[in-house]
Amino acid sequence: MEGLERIVLAHPFFAGLEAELGQLVSGCARNLRFDSGKYLFHEGDAANEFYLIRQGSVALEILPPGQPAVVFATEREGDIVGTSWLVPPYRWRFDARAVELTRAIGIDARCLRDKCEADHHLGYEMMKRFLPVVVQRLDEARLQILDVYGKQDKRS
Amino acid sequence: MTTGMDPFIPHTYRVDRVRRETRDVTTLELAPMTGERPAFQPGQFNMLYVFGIGEVAISMSGDPAHANSYVHTVRNVGAVSGAIAALQAGAMLGLRGPFGTAWPAEAAAGNDIVIVAGGLGLAPLRPAIYHVLAHRERYGRVAILYGTRSPRDILYHGEIERWRRRLDVDIAVTVDHADPTWHGNVGVVPKLIQRIDFDPRNTVAMICGPEVMMRFTATALLGAGLSSDCIYLSMERNMKCGIGLCGHCQFGPYFVCKDGPVMRYDRIADILVVREI
Amino acid sequence: MAELDLSVGAKATLSHLGLQALIEALAARNYQVLGPTVRDGAIVYDAITTLDDLPAGWTDRQDAGKYRLERRTDKALFGYAVGPQSWKRFLHPPIERLWQARREGDGFALGCPEPAARKFAFLGVRACELHAIGIQDRVFLGGPYLDTGYQQRRLDNFLIAVNCGEAGGTCFCASMSTGPKAEAGFDLALTELLDNGRHSFLVEVGTVLGGEVLAVLPHGPASPEAIATADAVVARTARHMGRHLDTNGIKELLQENPEHPRWDDVAARCLTCANCTMVCPTCFCTTVEDHSDLAGHTAERVRRWDSCFTLDFSYIHGGSVRKENRSRYRQWMTHKLASWIDQFGTSGCVGCGRCITWCPVGIDITAEAAAIRENPRASREAEHGGA
Repeated sequence: MEGLERIVLAHPFFAGLEAELGQLVSGCARNLRFDSGKYLFHEGDAANEFYLIRQGSVALEILPPGQPAVVFATEREGDIVGTSWLVPPYRWRFDARAVELTRAIGIDARCLRDKCEADHHLGYEMMKRFLPVVVQRLDEARLQILDVYGKQDKRS
Repeated sequence: MTTGMDPFIPHTYRVDRVRRETRDVTTLELAPMTGERPAFQPGQFNMLYVFGIGEVAISMSGDPAHANSYVHTVRNVGAVSGAIAALQAGAMLGLRGPFGTAWPAEAAAGNDIVIVAGGLGLAPLRPAIYHVLAHRERYGRVAILYGTRSPRDILYHGEIERWRRRLDVDIAVTVDHADPTWHGNVGVVPKLIQRIDFDPRNTVAMICGPEVMMRFTATALLGAGLSSDCIYLSMERNMKCGIGLCGHCQFGPYFVCKDGPVMRYDRIADILVVREI
Repeated sequence: MAELDLSVGAKATLSHLGLQALIEALAARNYQVLGPTVRDGAIVYDAITTLDDLPAGWTDRQDAGKYRLERRTDKALFGYAVGPQSWKRFLHPPIERLWQARREGDGFALGCPEPAARKFAFLGVRACELHAIGIQDRVFLGGPYLDTGYQQRRLDNFLIAVNCGEAGGTCFCASMSTGPKAEAGFDLALTELLDNGRHSFLVEVGTVLGGEVLAVLPHGPASPEAIATADAVVARTARHMGRHLDTNGIKELLQENPEHPRWDDVAARCLTCANCTMVCPTCFCTTVEDHSDLAGHTAERVRRWDSCFTLDFSYIHGGSVRKENRSRYRQWMTHKLASWIDQFGTSGCVGCGRCITWCPVGIDITAEAAAIRENPRASREAEHGGA
């Protein structure tokens, strides 16, 4: 368990987390490995885990019927994958596929949610880390929607 | 009166080579019909004229140190650019230039360099990249970040691979969306900034792409600790004369054709956010 | 007659006859002599050959959106302010062919521009107009690239200034420090003196050439009384300006208030008709048009006046940057009174009042500036509830 705790605290997402809280979090953690092409989760599955990516890359994609999947984001070493576990109904809204061999730490969502309920200090430390990620991804998504590289002149 | 003296009169150039880059982007190599092409600095542009159709401002995207030709990468977005993009080798063009301000590639010696290109913005940055790579020892860490719409829209594929093979350059490419056959990054280009290694107190950043992309990128660089007088953008506005006499390209108090197109971010940050300035 | 000193700065007097002789002497020196004349209910600038062409006994009544000629009780030749045109239409013509091209084989050849037009002599240039010409000199000749056509036309330009005896209803040259007295930039400057039926002109020599031209005309000495009268004329004009513009800190005022609600206010009135830019003596924006014949054998490029008030002016990437009236009026006024200072070192406005007179809805640049000055940063206060 100690080794896992060290790995969890070493991940950029948990930078600066107090050792005590690190212990609490690691209690919900496990080591994972995904071969290239394997899915971490599928749209509609219960969102039971979030992932700290240690190595490799994960593509977030959506599959419109009759069309090839559209990859709209990739997360790499140092990033996290998964925010749906934070809000009811705790279901994944897209697919996540390992593009290459990917090693990650999976953190049990229910375990962590329960611990946050019991210890609001832990809860707040988690919120302080998640919110900037969510805000940044919202900004990035907005820039993506603008399709700035698309043809601007509808007349031509 | 010799045509050489008058900046209103184009010189004739011949299209030597044409290369289709993507479905709507073409690169042309132009050689002067007589004499030598004037020297240019990375970041400058020429006004390219198609007989009887019109003129448009296109940045240089070739190597300033090379040969007697200009290289221009053009996207088909209108009557003139469409006509240019459809030219064949051997065709003749009119050309006025070079005009405008340059990337601070030379002055940035001694610094880490971050080059961020969006879409067609890689074309005006390529001459600066050539300069930096040709004098690599003068710079610290060098990072090239390039974002575009989809893998189909990536420019200068072969060159990017060559740069990628160098050990002394950090290069990351991302696309706004892709299908699963793409194994690279997907996401907007400012997101790549957190991945690269540079000393924010000693870095010069050069950004080129759609204005919104440049604004988001500048904000991300400021967030990473760069100061606003170390960030350079390449601005674009309606151009008719290209030489500061027709008034069209005004952006606040600046003429993009002579105070730009390369402009330092701290000088324009306040104007950039004014609606319809 | 003893030789008078006609070096730069010297003064003399000219009679009607002398003025007529001046026009003829310039024509004999191959100048195209242009001056004021009445046409279509306005005083415009056109070719003149005799004093009879001048608007003797006419004056103008100007106000926001209003211009009317009226008869004077005397026969003053220059008893009016300024008309709709300025000398810009000769020095920076509304249409100009830049070059022609002709298909040859697989390519084409470009032809040199036509030779320059005849040299111009301008009779009746007001102080504000002298400044306007100086301002356009800086625009066209002061940058990294010269407007060679403009340079040619200015090379042999002979300017006869006239010190204003009447302040126009929309004039504010005093506010802009551009008049009413002509200080520099002329070859000769006249002040019309009408006194007990005597009609003469005090003339001041501005250049060596001016002195040379004057030397061969019938002229007389300038008495101290004449000089004092001339000074009084100008002083009186300065006291009767129709408008006033406070230029203190005007650059910062406009550049720091791009979101002022006044811009919305003026936008509701402005028709973006571009009259103001056409009558303004310093507005210089142009566009280029590329033409070819139907067979595609010849092509030409023509430059013509343009206006930042048109929607297409700022067109880029499938749309215009300045879509709203508000943005275009803001661009014009901010450029004229503020950005121009950054670009060329002086204000772009000479206080001639034409934009006020010829605006069909009577928008007054001095009133707009005053409104913004009265409540700067009004928009920001509204945002934060004044706290």
